[in-house]
Amino acid sequence: MKPPPFTYHRARDVAGAADLVAELGEDAKFLAGGQSLIPMMNFRLARPEHLIDIGGLRELSFVDAGPEALRVGSLTTHRTVETADLGTGFDVVREAMRWIGHLPIRTRGTVGGSLAHADATAEWCLLAVLLDAEIVVAGAGGRRRTIAAGDAFLGFYTTLLADDELIVEVVFGRPAPHAAVTEFAERKGDFAVVSAAVDLDVGSGAVAGGRVALGGVGPAVVRVPEAERVLQAGGRACRDLFEACADAAAQAVDPPADGDAGTEYRRALVRNLVIRACEEAVAR
Amino acid sequence: MTSEVATGDRANEPGFRADGTWIGAAVSRKEDPRLLTGEARFVDDIHLPRMLHAAFVRSTVASGHITSVDLSRVLEVPGVVAAFTAEDLDLGDITPRLDRPPEEHTETSMPILARDRVRFVGEPVAVVLAEDPYAAEDGIEAADVTYDVTPPVLSEEQALTPGANAVHDEAPGNVLLDVSMFASDGIDDVFAEAPCVVHVRARAGRQNALPLETRGVVAGWDARAQQLLVQTCTQVPHQVRTVLAGSLGMSESTVRVLVPDMGGGFGIKCVVGREEIAVAAAATRAGRPVKWIEDRKDALSASFLAREQRYEARAAFDETGRILGLDVDVLCDMGAYSCYPFTVGIEPLMASSEMPGVYRVPAYRVRGRAIATNKAPTAPYRGVSRPQHVMVMERLVERAARELGLDALEVRRRNLITVFPYTGINNVTYDPGSYLESLNLCERVLADEGWYGTQRSVAEQGRVLGIGYACFNERTGYGSDAFAKRKMQAVPGFDLSEVRMDTSGTVVVTTGTMSHGQSHETTMAQIVADKLGLPVDKVKIQQGDTDRVTYGWGSFGSRSITIGGTAVALAAGNLGGKLLDLGAHLLETRRDNVELADEGVQQRDDHDRRLSYQDIADVAYLRSHLLPKEAEPGLQASASFDGVGDGTFSNAAHGVVVELHRDTGRVEILRYVCVEDCGVAINPQVVDGQARGGIAQGIAGALFEKVTYDENGEPSAASFLDYKVPTACEIPDVAMHHIETPCLFTDNGAKGAGEGGTIGAPAAVLNAVNDALRPAGVELNDTPITPQQVFDALTGALEVAP
Ligand SMILES: Cc1cc2nc3c(=O)[nH]c(=O)nc-3n(C[C@H](O)[C@H](O)[C@H](O)COP(=O)(O)OP(=O)(O)OC[C@H]3O[C@@H](n4cnc5c(N)ncnc54)[C@H](O)[C@@H]3O)c2cc1C
Repeated sequence: MKPPPFTYHRARDVAGAADLVAELGEDAKFLAGGQSLIPMMNFRLARPEHLIDIGGLRELSFVDAGPEALRVGSLTTHRTVETADLGTGFDVVREAMRWIGHLPIRTRGTVGGSLAHADATAEWCLLAVLLDAEIVVAGAGGRRRTIAAGDAFLGFYTTLLADDELIVEVVFGRPAPHAAVTEFAERKGDFAVVSAAVDLDVGSGAVAGGRVALGGVGPAVVRVPEAERVLQAGGRACRDLFEACADAAAQAVDPPADGDAGTEYRRALVRNLVIRACEEAVAR
Repeated sequence: MTSEVATGDRANEPGFRADGTWIGAAVSRKEDPRLLTGEARFVDDIHLPRMLHAAFVRSTVASGHITSVDLSRVLEVPGVVAAFTAEDLDLGDITPRLDRPPEEHTETSMPILARDRVRFVGEPVAVVLAEDPYAAEDGIEAADVTYDVTPPVLSEEQALTPGANAVHDEAPGNVLLDVSMFASDGIDDVFAEAPCVVHVRARAGRQNALPLETRGVVAGWDARAQQLLVQTCTQVPHQVRTVLAGSLGMSESTVRVLVPDMGGGFGIKCVVGREEIAVAAAATRAGRPVKWIEDRKDALSASFLAREQRYEARAAFDETGRILGLDVDVLCDMGAYSCYPFTVGIEPLMASSEMPGVYRVPAYRVRGRAIATNKAPTAPYRGVSRPQHVMVMERLVERAARELGLDALEVRRRNLITVFPYTGINNVTYDPGSYLESLNLCERVLADEGWYGTQRSVAEQGRVLGIGYACFNERTGYGSDAFAKRKMQAVPGFDLSEVRMDTSGTVVVTTGTMSHGQSHETTMAQIVADKLGLPVDKVKIQQGDTDRVTYGWGSFGSRSITIGGTAVALAAGNLGGKLLDLGAHLLETRRDNVELADEGVQQRDDHDRRLSYQDIADVAYLRSHLLPKEAEPGLQASASFDGVGDGTFSNAAHGVVVELHRDTGRVEILRYVCVEDCGVAINPQVVDGQARGGIAQGIAGALFEKVTYDENGEPSAASFLDYKVPTACEIPDVAMHHIETPCLFTDNGAKGAGEGGTIGAPAAVLNAVNDALRPAGVELNDTPITPQQVFDALTGALEVAP
């Protein structure tokens, strides 16, 4: 459990990091909090020849919470977000942090690292997809572009991000006062077996629409339009509606079976967690 | 005066102050300051000049013949200094011996490095030495080993299938041990005629004892001492010396095993590991000290494992719930090799002899088998078989209660042994315990806390609560006779202790036991302090050094405080006798007119006439011309002790309340009560700690941990991502209650307390889960119980048990 040899580089600024990775090619990797990359290197599952440490790029570590939008710098740690005041519109982001690993992992792991690593149950990916966030990335030569979260996550640890692109920030442009994230894992701190997130449009006791996202039901986090259609049809914010939404979600997915959980069990978890998330969201 | 050696119990003579000053006191652990401030020194903290780092080339196949080992590219890797194969090192095998006939036992050997065959993924094939551990791992990657792969044997079904591949040629049917014991006359009739016969089929998952500190060793030749110095984290330093010296063809006097601070062992370190021997041999060859620290991946996949067992058990009861007979078939998957000194018999022999436990069983038959498979080998793990067979026994009792429509606690009460000493059907004599009292107290605690009412009231809200108990005993302080019954060829049992007082009146005492976290430095010091009327901080324990400790069997089987502690007490008593002899002489009074008090010897008839220990030591060492003519200078004594008869039995009752979460299948432990009786607790805080830690490991086995393999025998739980050791968040607080039934033969009444927590927890948790599942009509008997199984049971997706 010791990594193979690599060359260590320290980035001085965003432009330099992007230029360097372009120059070094596909054998180079950014190192942020190291909570995913280093274990993979220790198991020799990842063998980058060059590590570009972006840990010193202070400009990427920030939380900018306004009433209409939340911007989080890519190098911001989960713990920083967990302890920040994000206002009622984005409280769901803060509350979701407690589901990520353990405290030591949250104090090192970063937003950008999570989005780039793209685990199938990563909370940041789930939040980004649920809330239609935009991921701002920088490329070589000062190039910048914005990726819609809905397009970003392609499959197992695969994103739309090019090898030489650096995530700069993630922008949540729509407040979500009635949103919630919930999960099930055997142990506290584990990656979820299944995670569920909802963002409801609630007004005077009625639901007039909403979004549903799931983790652990496929190679990447997904939105579930079938369940959202139930919310779209609307109705009183009550258990019946949430169950209908949850049933639609459970029927829409075809989760994988593995050592932890079989397909039908995961499907049942989807249903029960969507109900729980709806109840928590509406109670806000 | 003649010098006093060997055994003796002068401690009970008049003049000793055994007023309980230290025994039973919750003295703060002497080990803690250094552990808590980072000043403890573990194997990995040892850095020697010119030290190299070792890594092992390990088999990538579960079963096969090695066709070639090419290390030439290894030596080209930057930083690599040397690499050795089995042929290069030419070491003797480890051969654990049992004195049983061939139809009962097949002896097998474990080579230090695999020579011609590999028997599990992770088996060491070659050792690479490098300037740092990174280069060593680069080195093992460059090794080129080819195999002629044979189909692996990965389960008991595969192992026992006629024509299956033999893991060892010596055992074509893969059965390494097959014993049938205690077949009571007419037992078949008992079952045929019994009004109630219940069956339990249970499987326990393979587990890893998982000490926080993995295995590790630093070895090198000490030219000044002309000795191979082996610093290793082991529970059995002398046994490591014996096997290591034998394997390397050295005299034991040229090997010194030294044990630094240890971060746990739980049994995995009470057997001799092949890596520590390979590293010692490689260090000798390289002429430089070598360090090896096992990484977590190897610790999880290629170390020693435990607990994978399958039970087919049935029990016969009369209408009132009295046990009439017990008939058990236990099969233990011991993996690829037999462990030294305990052998593959460790689990099946334990299950066979101890299964009846706390109950009066009039007729008994058991068949115990150890089978070989292509998985990492096994070693005794805390509790050894008892966590499993107690679980099975407790499930049988619960099932009988259900069939008969009786209360399960009442069925237990009707069968518990209450008159002691009791000699069971298993030829074991049980010393006094509090089987009934502990169960009653445990039930009362849960009842007083209102859990029965809560269980009923929340059921109306649709919540699912269950209450379960376990009632068990634990044989501790196995002496030589008890171990000899197993027919091991290396027979553990006794312990030796040597004690000396220096010129400042401070005492140093040796023990052949080996603390790997159990606080011997504190508890043993309490014992000595109590005997001699000294403050605890004036007693220092020496352990874990084969040059300083004459001989020892280390720590396992909850033997340390019973056997080691008594040896220490007797040695201290003998030293006390010497102090009294000298004190009387110097005070010029009769021997029966002196006593030990307040760090000195005083006259009984006049407390003002006294000599401090320092005064006496002053004479014994610096002015020995004042000693009586026949007395030897100095203040030292020794003693030995061996377990008596069948040992002493600790006991406990555990009570658990669980909630099953309907939406996820999660098992949440709402309350955990432990009523334990380990006789006199030398240090109750230490006893609590042992119970709590043990319970955590028992819960881990019941609900979380399982070592798994893919169909090729590749370990599939080789990190904490997949091997689900529970964290503090999953383990509940444990309410501890104590009952004290003193042991009659240990010096201070103590019984062992190391393993009970682990033994009781799986049974109690399982019973609670099954109590909760009762309305669902489903029973779960295999561990670990997973959330999915509970969910399926609650939603009717599982088949209803017969
Ligand atoms: C025991 C444990 C439990 C965990 N549990 C959870 C959990 O429940 N939920 C969860 O979401 N995560 C979990 N994690 C992972 C954790 O959240 C990581 O922090 C996160 O996945 C990666 O962030 P990092 O900063 O550590 O990235 P690193 O490990 O440094 O990098 C990860 C990958 O992202 C790339 N990268 C990093 N930053 C950028 C960037 N700005 N732009 C482009 N690429 C970048 C790296 O090159 C690398 O490929 C857990 C980790 C551990 C060890």
